Amino acid sequence: MKHTPLHEEHLRLSAKMVDYAGYDMPVQYPNGTIKEHLAVRQQVGIFDCSHMGEIRFTGPGAAAFLDYILTNVMSTLAVGRIRYGVMCQEDGGAIDDLIVYRLAQEDYLVVVNASNREKDLAWMEKQVDEWNGPAVQVQDRSDDYALIAIQGPKTKEVMAKVGNPESYPKKYYSFTEDVLVADRPVLLSRTGYTGEFGYEIYCKPEDASHIWQTLLEQGKEEGIEACGLGARDTLRLEAGMPLYGHELSEEILPSEIGLDFAIKLDREAFIGQDALRQKPRRKRIGLKVDGRGIMREGHEVKEDGKVIGQTTSGTMSPLTKDAIAMALVAVDAPLTGTLTVDVRGRELKVNEVELPFYKK
Amino acid sequence: MSKLYSRSHEWIEEVEEGKVRLGLTDFAQEQLGDIVYINLPEVGDTFEAEDVLGDIESIKAVSDIICPIAGTVAEVNEDLLDAPEGINEAADETWLVVLENVDDMDDLLTEEEYQEFCETEE
Repeated sequence: MKHTPLHEEHLRLSAKMVDYAGYDMPVQYPNGTIKEHLAVRQQVGIFDCSHMGEIRFTGPGAAAFLDYILTNVMSTLAVGRIRYGVMCQEDGGAIDDLIVYRLAQEDYLVVVNASNREKDLAWMEKQVDEWNGPAVQVQDRSDDYALIAIQGPKTKEVMAKVGNPESYPKKYYSFTEDVLVADRPVLLSRTGYTGEFGYEIYCKPEDASHIWQTLLEQGKEEGIEACGLGARDTLRLEAGMPLYGHELSEEILPSEIGLDFAIKLDREAFIGQDALRQKPRRKRIGLKVDGRGIMREGHEVKEDGKVIGQTTSGTMSPLTKDAIAMALVAVDAPLTGTLTVDVRGRELKVNEVELPFYKK
Repeated sequence: MSKLYSRSHEWIEEVEEGKVRLGLTDFAQEQLGDIVYINLPEVGDTFEAEDVLGDIESIKAVSDIICPIAGTVAEVNEDLLDAPEGINEAADETWLVVLENVDDMDDLLTEEEYQEFCETEE
Protein backbone atom coordinates (compact mmCIF):
# COMPACT_ATOMS: atom_id res chain seq x y z
CA MET A 1 0.00 0.00 0.00
CA LYS A 2 1.10 3.58 -0.66
CA HIS A 3 1.66 6.18 2.04
CA THR A 4 0.89 9.89 1.99
CA PRO A 5 3.52 12.28 3.39
CA LEU A 6 1.42 12.42 6.59
CA HIS A 7 1.36 8.67 7.22
CA GLU A 8 3.63 8.87 10.29
CA GLU A 9 1.35 11.56 11.80
CA HIS A 10 -1.67 9.26 11.57
CA LEU A 11 0.20 6.41 13.23
CA ARG A 12 1.45 8.77 15.92
CA LEU A 13 -2.15 9.75 16.66
CA SER A 14 -3.15 6.06 16.80
CA ALA A 15 -5.55 6.37 13.86
CA LYS A 16 -7.45 3.31 12.69
CA MET A 17 -6.05 2.80 9.19
CA VAL A 18 -7.72 1.39 6.10
CA ASP A 19 -6.81 0.79 2.44
CA TYR A 20 -8.39 3.53 0.35
CA ALA A 21 -7.52 3.78 -3.34
CA GLY A 22 -4.30 1.92 -2.66
CA TYR A 23 -3.25 4.26 0.16
CA ASP A 24 -3.02 3.41 3.87
CA MET A 25 -5.39 6.11 5.15
CA PRO A 26 -6.92 7.05 8.53
CA VAL A 27 -10.62 6.20 8.69
CA GLN A 28 -10.87 7.63 12.20
CA TYR A 29 -8.73 8.73 15.13
CA PRO A 30 -9.32 7.52 18.71
CA ASN A 31 -12.11 10.02 19.43
CA GLY A 32 -14.19 8.46 16.67
CA THR A 33 -16.06 9.60 13.59
CA ILE A 34 -18.99 11.17 15.44
CA LYS A 35 -16.75 13.46 17.51
CA GLU A 36 -14.72 14.34 14.42
CA HIS A 37 -17.86 15.23 12.46
CA LEU A 38 -19.15 17.42 15.30
CA ALA A 39 -15.74 19.08 15.64
CA VAL A 40 -15.92 20.22 12.01
CA ARG A 41 -19.48 21.50 12.41
CA GLN A 42 -18.80 23.29 15.71
CA GLN A 43 -15.07 24.04 15.88
CA VAL A 44 -12.43 23.04 13.31
CA GLY A 45 -10.96 19.87 11.88
CA ILE A 46 -8.10 18.92 9.57
CA PHE A 47 -7.98 16.16 6.96
CA ASP A 48 -5.16 14.51 5.04
CA CYS A 49 -6.28 14.58 1.39
CA SER A 50 -2.82 13.95 -0.08
CA HIS A 51 -3.95 10.78 -1.80
CA MET A 52 -5.94 12.85 -4.30
CA GLY A 53 -4.50 13.38 -7.78
CA GLU A 54 -3.18 16.63 -9.22
CA ILE A 55 -2.77 16.80 -12.99
CA ARG A 56 -1.19 19.77 -14.75
CA PHE A 57 -2.23 21.03 -18.20
CA THR A 58 -0.06 23.56 -20.01
CA GLY A 59 0.26 25.08 -23.45
CA PRO A 60 -1.69 27.37 -25.77
CA GLY A 61 -4.30 24.65 -26.26
CA ALA A 62 -4.84 23.84 -22.56
CA ALA A 63 -7.96 26.00 -22.15
CA ALA A 64 -9.74 24.71 -25.26
CA PHE A 65 -8.70 21.16 -24.45
CA LEU A 66 -10.22 21.29 -20.97
CA ASP A 67 -13.39 22.80 -22.46
CA TYR A 68 -13.49 19.76 -24.74
CA ILE A 69 -13.07 17.02 -22.12
CA LEU A 70 -15.16 18.59 -19.36
CA THR A 71 -18.82 19.53 -18.99
CA ASN A 72 -17.96 22.98 -17.63
CA VAL A 73 -16.11 25.77 -19.41
CA MET A 74 -12.56 26.38 -18.16
CA SER A 75 -11.41 28.84 -20.83
CA THR A 76 -13.45 31.56 -19.11
CA LEU A 77 -12.02 30.78 -15.68
CA ALA A 78 -9.97 33.73 -14.40
CA VAL A 79 -6.43 33.18 -13.12
CA GLY A 80 -6.68 32.61 -9.38
CA ARG A 81 -10.13 31.06 -9.63
CA ILE A 82 -11.45 27.51 -9.35
CA ARG A 83 -14.30 25.70 -11.04
CA TYR A 84 -15.99 22.33 -10.54
CA GLY A 85 -16.59 20.10 -13.55
CA VAL A 86 -17.30 16.56 -14.65
CA MET A 87 -15.30 14.52 -17.17
CA CYS A 88 -17.65 12.33 -19.21
CA GLN A 89 -17.61 9.61 -21.82
CA GLU A 90 -19.43 10.00 -25.16
CA ASP A 91 -22.56 8.46 -23.64
CA GLY A 92 -22.54 11.06 -20.85
CA GLY A 93 -21.52 8.61 -18.13
CA ALA A 94 -19.14 10.24 -15.64
CA ILE A 95 -15.48 9.28 -15.61
CA ASP A 96 -14.79 11.56 -12.61
CA ASP A 97 -15.82 14.82 -10.99
CA LEU A 98 -13.02 17.25 -10.30
CA ILE A 99 -12.03 20.83 -9.69
CA VAL A 100 -9.83 22.98 -11.91
CA TYR A 101 -7.46 25.73 -10.78
CA ARG A 102 -6.29 28.28 -13.33
CA LEU A 103 -2.67 29.00 -12.37
CA ALA A 104 -1.89 31.15 -15.43
CA GLN A 105 -3.18 31.87 -18.92
CA GLU A 106 -1.83 28.55 -20.21
CA ASP A 107 -1.48 26.64 -16.97
CA TYR A 108 -4.19 24.62 -15.19
CA LEU A 109 -4.14 22.26 -12.23
CA VAL A 110 -6.89 19.64 -12.21
CA VAL A 111 -7.58 17.91 -8.89
CA VAL A 112 -9.17 14.47 -9.17
CA ASN A 113 -10.50 11.74 -6.88
CA ALA A 114 -7.81 9.43 -5.52
CA SER A 115 -9.78 6.36 -6.62
CA ASN A 116 -9.86 7.54 -10.25
CA ARG A 117 -6.41 9.02 -10.66
CA GLU A 118 -4.96 6.35 -12.94
CA LYS A 119 -8.14 6.01 -14.97
CA ASP A 120 -8.40 9.79 -15.38
CA LEU A 121 -4.80 10.14 -16.46
CA ALA A 122 -5.13 7.37 -19.05
CA TRP A 123 -8.24 9.00 -20.50
CA MET A 124 -6.66 12.48 -20.52
CA GLU A 125 -3.49 11.20 -22.21
CA LYS A 126 -5.56 9.42 -24.83
CA GLN A 127 -7.53 12.58 -25.54
CA VAL A 128 -4.34 14.65 -25.76
CA ASP A 129 -3.00 12.15 -28.29
CA GLU A 130 -6.08 12.51 -30.46
CA TRP A 131 -6.33 16.29 -30.01
CA ASN A 132 -6.00 18.32 -33.21
CA GLY A 133 -6.05 21.78 -31.65
CA PRO A 134 -3.21 23.99 -30.39
CA ALA A 135 -0.54 22.25 -28.32
CA VAL A 136 -1.40 20.96 -24.86
CA GLN A 137 0.78 18.99 -22.45
CA VAL A 138 -0.53 16.83 -19.62
CA GLN A 139 1.56 15.91 -16.61
CA ASP A 140 0.74 13.91 -13.48
CA ARG A 141 1.98 16.08 -10.62
CA SER A 142 0.26 14.17 -7.80
CA ASP A 143 3.47 13.23 -6.02
CA ASP A 144 4.56 16.89 -5.95
CA TYR A 145 1.77 17.88 -3.62
CA ALA A 146 0.56 17.03 -0.14
CA LEU A 147 -2.93 18.30 0.67
CA ILE A 148 -4.36 19.27 4.05
CA ALA A 149 -7.95 20.50 4.36
CA ILE A 150 -8.90 22.70 7.33
CA GLN A 151 -12.65 23.09 7.77
CA GLY A 152 -15.05 24.49 10.36
CA PRO A 153 -16.34 27.74 11.88
CA LYS A 154 -13.10 28.29 13.86
CA THR A 155 -10.87 27.97 10.80
CA LYS A 156 -10.15 31.71 10.61
CA GLU A 157 -8.96 31.86 14.23
CA VAL A 158 -6.50 29.01 13.71
CA MET A 159 -5.29 30.24 10.31
CA ALA A 160 -4.67 33.71 11.81
CA LYS A 161 -2.10 32.11 14.13
CA VAL A 162 -0.18 30.29 11.39
CA GLY A 163 0.11 32.99 8.73
CA ASN A 164 -0.99 36.42 7.58
CA PRO A 165 -4.75 36.52 6.86
CA GLU A 166 -4.19 39.47 4.50
CA SER A 167 -2.39 37.07 2.17
CA TYR A 168 -5.20 34.49 2.18
CA PRO A 169 -7.69 34.16 -0.73
CA LYS A 170 -10.83 36.17 0.01
CA LYS A 171 -13.47 34.64 -2.20
CA TYR A 172 -15.00 31.19 -2.20
CA TYR A 173 -13.50 29.07 -5.01
CA SER A 174 -10.46 31.30 -5.37
CA PHE A 175 -6.84 30.56 -4.48
CA THR A 176 -3.50 32.24 -3.91
CA GLU A 177 -0.07 30.75 -4.58
CA ASP A 178 3.07 31.20 -2.46
CA VAL A 179 1.21 31.97 0.72
CA LEU A 180 3.16 31.25 3.92
CA VAL A 181 1.41 28.87 6.29
CA ALA A 182 3.50 27.77 9.28
CA ASP A 183 6.38 29.51 7.47
CA ARG A 184 6.15 27.19 4.46
CA PRO A 185 5.04 28.29 0.97
CA VAL A 186 1.71 26.79 -0.07
CA LEU A 187 -1.08 27.15 -2.58
CA LEU A 188 -4.07 28.09 -0.43
CA SER A 189 -7.60 27.70 -1.77
CA ARG A 190 -10.99 28.52 -0.36
CA THR A 191 -12.53 25.18 -1.13
CA GLY A 192 -13.72 22.17 0.80
CA TYR A 193 -15.91 19.11 0.91
CA THR A 194 -17.77 19.62 4.17
CA GLY A 195 -20.22 22.50 3.76
CA GLU A 196 -18.26 24.59 6.29
CA PHE A 197 -15.94 27.58 5.85
CA GLY A 198 -12.42 26.34 5.22
CA TYR A 199 -9.29 26.12 3.15
CA GLU A 200 -7.37 23.46 1.33
CA ILE A 201 -3.60 23.70 1.71
CA TYR A 202 -1.45 22.37 -1.13
CA CYS A 203 2.13 22.10 0.07
CA LYS A 204 5.40 20.34 -0.70
CA PRO A 205 5.39 16.75 0.62
CA GLU A 206 8.38 17.53 2.87
CA ASP A 207 6.48 20.42 4.52
CA ALA A 208 3.29 18.49 5.23
CA SER A 209 4.20 17.12 8.67
CA HIS A 210 5.32 20.49 9.96
CA ILE A 211 2.14 22.22 8.76
CA TRP A 212 -0.07 19.42 10.15
CA GLN A 213 1.63 19.49 13.55
CA THR A 214 1.55 23.30 13.70
CA LEU A 215 -2.18 23.38 12.95
CA LEU A 216 -2.89 20.80 15.65
CA GLU A 217 -0.75 22.71 18.13
CA GLN A 218 -2.06 26.20 17.31
CA GLY A 219 -5.64 24.97 17.07
CA LYS A 220 -5.76 23.40 20.57
CA GLU A 221 -7.54 26.43 22.01
CA GLU A 222 -10.18 26.23 19.29
CA GLY A 223 -10.69 22.51 19.86
CA ILE A 224 -9.09 21.33 16.61
CA GLU A 225 -9.49 17.63 15.74
CA ALA A 226 -7.70 15.45 13.22
CA CYS A 227 -10.45 13.89 11.07
CA GLY A 228 -10.45 10.70 9.01
CA LEU A 229 -12.22 9.37 5.95
CA GLY A 230 -15.23 8.32 8.03
CA ALA A 231 -16.00 11.91 9.00
CA ARG A 232 -15.11 13.12 5.51
CA ASP A 233 -17.91 10.94 4.20
CA THR A 234 -20.57 11.81 6.80
CA LEU A 235 -19.83 15.52 6.39
CA ARG A 236 -20.08 15.60 2.59
CA LEU A 237 -23.22 13.43 2.68
CA GLU A 238 -24.91 15.74 5.17
CA ALA A 239 -23.91 18.67 2.94
CA GLY A 240 -25.54 16.91 -0.02
CA MET A 241 -22.31 16.61 -2.00
CA PRO A 242 -21.89 13.78 -4.50
CA LEU A 243 -19.16 11.18 -4.13
CA TYR A 244 -17.89 9.38 -7.21
CA GLY A 245 -18.71 5.72 -6.97
CA HIS A 246 -22.00 6.57 -5.25
CA GLU A 247 -23.89 9.53 -6.79
CA LEU A 248 -21.70 9.47 -9.91
CA SER A 249 -20.29 6.63 -11.96
CA GLU A 250 -19.81 5.62 -15.56
CA GLU A 251 -23.47 4.57 -15.51
CA ILE A 252 -24.70 7.90 -14.13
CA LEU A 253 -24.85 11.15 -16.08
CA PRO A 254 -24.15 14.41 -14.22
CA SER A 255 -27.47 15.70 -15.59
CA GLU A 256 -29.21 12.98 -13.58
CA ILE A 257 -27.97 14.21 -10.22
CA GLY A 258 -28.64 17.92 -10.42
CA LEU A 259 -25.22 19.12 -11.59
CA ASP A 260 -26.69 21.42 -14.25
CA PHE A 261 -24.70 24.32 -12.80
CA ALA A 262 -21.53 22.54 -13.96
CA ILE A 263 -22.83 21.57 -17.42
CA LYS A 264 -22.59 24.24 -20.12
CA LEU A 265 -24.36 22.86 -23.18
CA ASP A 266 -24.54 25.79 -25.63
CA ARG A 267 -21.03 25.92 -26.95
CA GLU A 268 -18.58 24.09 -29.20
CA ALA A 269 -18.54 20.33 -29.08
CA PHE A 270 -17.38 18.63 -25.92
CA ILE A 271 -17.31 14.93 -25.03
CA GLY A 272 -20.75 13.83 -23.85
CA GLN A 273 -22.58 16.93 -25.10
CA ASP A 274 -25.28 15.13 -27.11
CA ALA A 275 -26.04 12.70 -24.29
CA LEU A 276 -26.25 15.54 -21.77
CA ARG A 277 -28.66 17.43 -24.03
CA GLN A 278 -31.25 14.67 -23.58
CA LYS A 279 -33.83 14.89 -20.81
CA PRO A 280 -32.42 12.97 -17.84
CA ARG A 281 -34.21 9.75 -16.96
CA ARG A 282 -33.42 9.90 -13.26
CA LYS A 283 -33.18 12.47 -10.48
CA ARG A 284 -31.33 12.68 -7.14
CA ILE A 285 -33.37 13.10 -3.97
CA GLY A 286 -32.76 13.28 -0.24
CA LEU A 287 -34.48 10.85 2.12
CA LYS A 288 -34.91 10.68 5.87
CA VAL A 289 -36.15 7.68 7.85
CA ASP A 290 -39.39 8.14 9.77
CA GLY A 291 -38.79 5.90 12.80
CA ARG A 292 -35.99 3.40 13.50
CA GLY A 293 -33.39 2.18 11.09
CA ILE A 294 -30.44 3.35 9.04
CA MET A 295 -30.20 3.41 5.25
CA ARG A 296 -26.97 2.72 3.40
CA GLU A 297 -26.19 2.64 -0.31
CA GLY A 298 -27.77 0.12 -2.65
CA HIS A 299 -31.21 -0.21 -1.03
CA GLU A 300 -34.33 -0.19 -3.22
CA VAL A 301 -36.56 2.87 -2.92
CA LYS A 302 -40.29 2.27 -3.41
CA GLU A 303 -43.28 4.53 -3.89
CA ASP A 304 -46.57 2.82 -2.96
CA GLY A 305 -44.78 -0.52 -3.15
CA LYS A 306 -43.32 0.02 -6.61
CA VAL A 307 -39.54 0.24 -7.04
CA ILE A 308 -38.56 3.70 -8.29
CA GLY A 309 -34.81 3.65 -7.69
CA GLN A 310 -31.95 3.00 -5.27
CA THR A 311 -30.13 4.74 -2.46
CA THR A 312 -26.60 5.85 -3.39
CA SER A 313 -25.24 6.87 0.02
CA GLY A 314 -26.61 6.72 3.55
CA THR A 315 -25.65 7.17 7.18
CA MET A 316 -26.86 8.39 10.53
CA SER A 317 -26.13 12.10 10.80
CA PRO A 318 -23.89 12.65 13.83
CA LEU A 319 -25.35 16.15 14.09
CA THR A 320 -29.09 15.56 13.98
CA LYS A 321 -29.17 11.78 14.65
CA ASP A 322 -31.43 11.42 11.58
CA ALA A 323 -30.93 8.48 9.25
CA ILE A 324 -30.35 10.23 5.93
CA ALA A 325 -29.64 9.03 2.41
CA MET A 326 -29.32 10.27 -1.15
CA ALA A 327 -31.08 8.24 -3.81
CA LEU A 328 -31.32 8.09 -7.58
CA VAL A 329 -34.91 7.56 -8.70
CA ALA A 330 -37.00 7.70 -11.88
CA VAL A 331 -37.34 11.32 -12.99
CA ASP A 332 -41.12 11.05 -13.28
CA ALA A 333 -41.73 9.49 -9.86
CA PRO A 334 -44.24 11.90 -8.26
CA LEU A 335 -42.91 11.29 -4.72
CA THR A 336 -46.33 12.14 -3.27
CA GLY A 337 -47.15 8.53 -2.36
CA THR A 338 -45.85 6.41 0.52
CA LEU A 339 -42.09 6.12 0.25
CA THR A 340 -40.22 3.17 1.70
CA VAL A 341 -36.68 1.86 1.52
CA ASP A 342 -35.94 -1.88 1.70
CA VAL A 343 -33.14 -2.28 4.22
CA ARG A 344 -32.05 -5.92 4.39
CA GLY A 345 -35.62 -7.18 4.08
CA ARG A 346 -37.30 -4.54 6.28
CA GLU A 347 -39.36 -1.77 4.63
CA LEU A 348 -38.46 1.47 6.38
CA LYS A 349 -40.86 4.36 6.02
CA VAL A 350 -39.06 7.43 4.66
CA ASN A 351 -39.82 11.00 3.70
CA GLU A 352 -38.31 13.02 0.91
CA VAL A 353 -36.27 15.95 2.19
CA GLU A 354 -34.66 18.78 0.28
CA LEU A 355 -30.94 18.64 -0.36
CA PRO A 356 -28.67 19.57 1.24
CA PHE A 357 -29.58 18.04 4.60
CA TYR A 358 -27.36 20.65 6.24
CA LYS A 359 -26.51 24.17 5.18
CA LYS A 360 -24.44 26.76 7.01
CA MET B 1 -18.79 -19.29 36.07
CA SER B 2 -16.44 -16.90 34.37
CA LYS B 3 -17.24 -15.54 30.95
CA LEU B 4 -16.79 -17.60 27.82
CA TYR B 5 -16.18 -16.13 24.39
CA SER B 6 -16.93 -16.82 20.74
CA ARG B 7 -14.81 -16.32 17.65
CA SER B 8 -17.46 -13.88 16.45
CA HIS B 9 -16.67 -11.68 19.48
CA GLU B 10 -19.64 -12.30 21.75
CA TRP B 11 -19.30 -13.07 25.46
CA ILE B 12 -21.53 -15.52 27.33
CA GLU B 13 -22.09 -15.41 31.10
CA GLU B 14 -24.13 -17.95 33.02
CA VAL B 15 -27.08 -16.55 35.00
CA GLU B 16 -28.22 -19.95 36.24
CA GLU B 17 -28.28 -23.52 34.88
CA GLY B 18 -29.19 -23.38 31.17
CA LYS B 19 -29.62 -19.60 31.14
CA VAL B 20 -26.99 -17.11 29.98
CA ARG B 21 -26.48 -13.44 29.23
CA LEU B 22 -24.91 -12.49 25.89
CA GLY B 23 -22.98 -9.35 25.03
CA LEU B 24 -20.33 -8.08 22.65
CA THR B 25 -16.69 -7.92 23.62
CA ASP B 26 -14.59 -4.83 23.98
CA PHE B 27 -12.60 -6.00 20.96
CA ALA B 28 -15.80 -5.98 18.89
CA GLN B 29 -16.85 -2.46 19.91
CA GLU B 30 -13.32 -1.22 19.26
CA GLN B 31 -13.44 -2.68 15.74
CA LEU B 32 -16.91 -1.30 15.06
CA GLY B 33 -16.25 2.29 16.06
CA ASP B 34 -19.13 4.55 17.12
CA ILE B 35 -22.21 2.36 17.39
CA VAL B 36 -25.34 4.14 16.20
CA TYR B 37 -27.98 1.44 15.84
CA ILE B 38 -28.80 -2.07 17.00
CA ASN B 39 -31.40 -4.63 15.94
CA LEU B 40 -32.24 -7.21 18.58
CA PRO B 41 -34.50 -10.29 18.37
CA GLU B 42 -37.82 -10.75 20.14
CA VAL B 43 -38.51 -12.74 23.30
CA GLY B 44 -39.31 -16.29 22.22
CA ASP B 45 -37.08 -16.32 19.12
CA THR B 46 -35.05 -19.52 18.89
CA PHE B 47 -31.59 -19.84 17.45
CA GLU B 48 -29.21 -22.59 16.45
CA ALA B 49 -25.49 -22.13 17.05
CA GLU B 50 -23.97 -19.70 14.51
CA ASP B 51 -27.37 -18.21 13.55
CA VAL B 52 -27.61 -14.46 13.06
CA LEU B 53 -29.22 -13.02 16.20
CA GLY B 54 -29.40 -9.39 15.13
CA ASP B 55 -27.28 -6.67 13.67
CA ILE B 56 -25.34 -3.73 14.87
CA GLU B 57 -24.44 -0.62 12.96
CA SER B 58 -21.61 1.80 13.26
CA ILE B 59 -21.37 5.05 11.32
CA LYS B 60 -19.73 3.24 8.44
CA ALA B 61 -21.14 -0.25 8.32
CA VAL B 62 -23.46 -3.00 9.46
CA SER B 63 -22.27 -6.15 11.23
CA ASP B 64 -24.15 -9.30 12.14
CA ILE B 65 -24.44 -10.35 15.77
CA ILE B 66 -24.02 -14.11 15.91
CA CYS B 67 -25.63 -16.41 18.42
CA PRO B 68 -22.71 -18.71 19.20
CA ILE B 69 -24.78 -21.36 20.97
CA ALA B 70 -28.30 -22.75 20.57
CA GLY B 71 -30.98 -21.20 22.78
CA THR B 72 -34.23 -19.23 23.10
CA VAL B 73 -34.46 -15.53 23.84
CA ALA B 74 -35.87 -14.98 27.35
CA GLU B 75 -35.11 -11.28 27.76
CA VAL B 76 -34.02 -8.40 25.51
CA ASN B 77 -32.17 -5.31 26.69
CA GLU B 78 -34.71 -2.82 25.34
CA ASP B 79 -32.80 0.20 26.71
CA LEU B 80 -30.05 -0.49 24.21
CA LEU B 81 -32.38 0.12 21.28
CA ASP B 82 -32.40 3.85 21.99
CA ALA B 83 -28.87 4.10 23.32
CA PRO B 84 -26.67 1.54 21.56
CA GLU B 85 -23.59 3.64 22.26
CA GLY B 86 -23.70 2.05 25.73
CA ILE B 87 -21.86 -0.85 24.11
CA ASN B 88 -18.95 1.42 23.18
CA GLU B 89 -18.82 2.70 26.74
CA ALA B 90 -18.91 -0.63 28.61
CA ALA B 91 -19.03 -3.60 26.26
CA ASP B 92 -18.12 -6.17 28.91
CA GLU B 93 -20.95 -5.05 31.18
CA THR B 94 -23.64 -4.43 28.58
CA TRP B 95 -25.86 -7.42 27.91
CA LEU B 96 -27.89 -7.69 24.73
CA VAL B 97 -30.13 -10.70 25.39
CA VAL B 98 -30.69 -13.44 27.95
CA LEU B 99 -30.90 -16.90 26.39
CA GLU B 100 -32.48 -19.93 28.01
CA ASN B 101 -32.56 -23.66 27.12
CA VAL B 102 -28.93 -23.36 26.15
CA ASP B 103 -26.92 -26.52 26.11
CA ASP B 104 -23.68 -26.97 24.29
CA MET B 105 -21.08 -24.42 25.29
CA ASP B 106 -18.14 -26.65 24.42
CA ASP B 107 -17.07 -24.65 21.38
CA LEU B 108 -16.72 -21.43 23.32
CA LEU B 109 -13.32 -20.06 24.27
CA THR B 110 -11.91 -19.21 27.69
CA GLU B 111 -10.74 -15.66 28.27
CA GLU B 112 -7.15 -16.70 27.61
CA GLU B 113 -8.03 -18.53 24.40
CA TYR B 114 -10.08 -15.54 23.26
CA GLN B 115 -7.21 -13.08 23.90
CA GLU B 116 -4.93 -15.29 21.81
CA PHE B 117 -7.56 -15.46 19.09
CA CYS B 118 -7.85 -11.66 19.03
CA GLU B 119 -4.12 -11.30 18.65
CA THR B 120 -4.25 -13.34 15.47
CA GLU B 121 -7.16 -11.23 14.18
CA GLU B 122 -5.24 -7.99 14.53
